[in-house]
Amino acid sequence: MPSSSAKAAAGETTEIRSRARLGSGFVLPALICLLVAVTLYSVTIGRYDLSVADVAYILIDNVHPLVTPYWDPVQEIVVEQVRVPRILAAIVIGFGLSMSGAALQGLFRNPLVDPGIIGVTSGAGFGGTLAILLGLQGYLLLTMAFLFGIGSVFLVKLLSTVRGRTSMLTLVLAGVVISAFFSAAISIAKLLADPFQKLPAITYWLMGSIASSNYLDVLLVAAAVVPSAIAIYLLRFQINILSLGEEKARALGAKVLLVQWIVLVASALISAGVVATSGIIGWVGLVIPHVARALVGADHQRLLPVSGVLGAIYLLLVDNLARTVTTAEIPLGIITALIGVPVFAVILRRLHAKGGWSGD
Amino acid sequence: MIEASDLTVERGGKTILESYTLNLERARILAVLGANGVGKTTLINTLIGVIKPKSGQLSIAGPVGFVPQLFEVPFSYSAFDIALMGRARHLGLFGAPGRKDYEIVRHYFHLLGIEPLEQQTFNSLSGGQRQLVMIAQALASECELLVLDEPCAALDYKNQDKVLGLLEHLRDKHGMTIVFSTHMPQHAVEIASDALLMLSGTDYVCGPTTDALSAENLSALYDLPIARADFEGLSKHTYAPVFRHDGGRFDG
Repeated sequence: MPSSSAKAAAGETTEIRSRARLGSGFVLPALICLLVAVTLYSVTIGRYDLSVADVAYILIDNVHPLVTPYWDPVQEIVVEQVRVPRILAAIVIGFGLSMSGAALQGLFRNPLVDPGIIGVTSGAGFGGTLAILLGLQGYLLLTMAFLFGIGSVFLVKLLSTVRGRTSMLTLVLAGVVISAFFSAAISIAKLLADPFQKLPAITYWLMGSIASSNYLDVLLVAAAVVPSAIAIYLLRFQINILSLGEEKARALGAKVLLVQWIVLVASALISAGVVATSGIIGWVGLVIPHVARALVGADHQRLLPVSGVLGAIYLLLVDNLARTVTTAEIPLGIITALIGVPVFAVILRRLHAKGGWSGD
Repeated sequence: MIEASDLTVERGGKTILESYTLNLERARILAVLGANGVGKTTLINTLIGVIKPKSGQLSIAGPVGFVPQLFEVPFSYSAFDIALMGRARHLGLFGAPGRKDYEIVRHYFHLLGIEPLEQQTFNSLSGGQRQLVMIAQALASECELLVLDEPCAALDYKNQDKVLGLLEHLRDKHGMTIVFSTHMPQHAVEIASDALLMLSGTDYVCGPTTDALSAENLSALYDLPIARADFEGLSKHTYAPVFRHDGGRFDG
C-alpha cells in the first residue's frame, strides 16, 4: 500500500479530528474537579455545620498543624470517623458500579444492562444474607457475596446463550429469572433468621446504606473495586470490539470468551464488594453510562473513566440527600431505585422507538 | 490464497456443506452464488474462521478481513471509531490504538474518499456509506484476503457500481484477493475472475467465471430459467431470470 498518500490525508484531517476530540477531552478533567469540589462540600454538610475552611484545617491538622485547634474534639471525630469514610465509600462504590455498568452494556451490546439486571446483585445479596445468617463478617462475607455473584452471572450466561450466541432479550429475561430466584432464597433466609437480631440486620443491610461505613469498609470495597476497575479499563478497546457482536469480534481477531469472562468476573467482584459493605445499591450502573455516553460518545476508551467519575459524583450527591433530607437516614438504595426506575423506563421507550429489540 | 479440500461444515448439529473443494490464487476475485439458505453465509463464516470445519483441510495464506451485510451497532460510535476497531489484531489484549493506528485508518478513509464521514455517527450513515466504512475497517486490519457478505444487497445501482469498482481497484492496484457473495450474476460477470455456484450442500460448480457462469448452470442454480442477455451496442453481457408468470399454482 502506498503510504505517501496516508501522510497527506493525515495532515488534512488531523485538525478536524483534534478539534472534535477537544470537546470530549475536557470532560474528564472537569468532572474530576467537580468531584473534588462536591467531596469537600459533602464533608461540611450534616448535623454539625462546618465551613470548607474548618474541614480543610481539621484534615490538614493530621499531617501538619497549620493553626492551633479551635474546634470541638467532637467535630474532629464527626469529620474524620463519620463523614470522611462514608464519603470515600460513596466515591468508590459509585465509581465501581458505573464503570462495571458501562462495561457490561458494551459487552452485551445492550443499553439496558447493569450488575442488577444480569442477576449479580441479587446473587451477591443472597451470598451476603447467608453469611450474616451464619454469623460471618468482613472478608468472609465478601467472599460469600462474590461466589454467589459470579455463580449467578454464570447461570445467566448459560441460560441466555444458545449455540454460542447471547441474545439481548434472553439475557435480560434470564437476569430477571435468576434475580427472582435469589430474592426467594433471601426470603427463605430471612424466615430462618433470628427475628430479634439477625433479621433486622439483614433487612436494613439489604436496603443499601453506607451510613455506618468505617475505614475497614472502605478498604474492603476498594480492595474489590480498584483491581476490577483497572482490569476493565485495560480492556477498553476490546470492549469496543465486542460491542460489535460476538461473530464480528471473532472475525476481527478478538479473544471473545476471555474478554467476556474477565469483564464478568471483575463486575461480579465489584458488585460483591459493594453488597458486602453496603447492601444492595441498584440502578447506578444502568443510569450513569447513559449520561456519560451523551457527554463523550460511545468509545469505551473515554466512556469508562468518565462513567466512573460521574458515578462517584452521583452517588455522593445521592448520599448527601440520604443523610440530610430527613432527620432519620433514608437508605441509599431506595433513592437510587427511585431515580433509576423512571430513567430505565425512558431508555426502554426510546430504544423501542428505534426498534432496538429487533437486533440480537 | 485459499486452499480448501474435502471441506465439511456443520452448524447446530446439521451438515450444511459436504466435501467442498476449492482453490483461489492470489489477486483473484471469487463470486459466490446460490439460492437462499444453501449455505453461502456458512461458507463465508468458515473462510473467516468464525466456524471451524468439521473435517477436511482449509488453509488461507494471510490475514482475512470481513465485511458483514447490513451492519448496525447498538451504540453511537463514529465512523472513525468503527474503522479503528479493524486494528484489533495488531493491538493485543490490553492495548489501545495509538498514533500509527489512527494514521492507517485515515489513510484508508482517504483511499475510499470518505474522509467527510470520519466524525459522523455510524448508524446515521446510508447503506452505501456504511459499506465503505466497513471496507475501511477490513482494510485497516491489513488483510490480504477480503471476504464480503452480499456487499451490494442493500445498495442502489450507483452505489453498487461504486463498490464493484472499488473491489476491482483493490485487486488490480493492491493485489488483494477477494471473495464476495451475491444474488446477481451480473456482479460476477463484471468483476469476478472465478465463480462458485452452490447448487446444494454437496453439489457445486466452481471455476473461472467464463466457464462456470452459463445460462444452463445458473438455471440449475436458481431452479428458474436464466438467459444470457447481450447489451445492445456494447460488448458486454449479463444473465437475467426469465420469470414464469405461473400464478395459477397459488390456487388450491
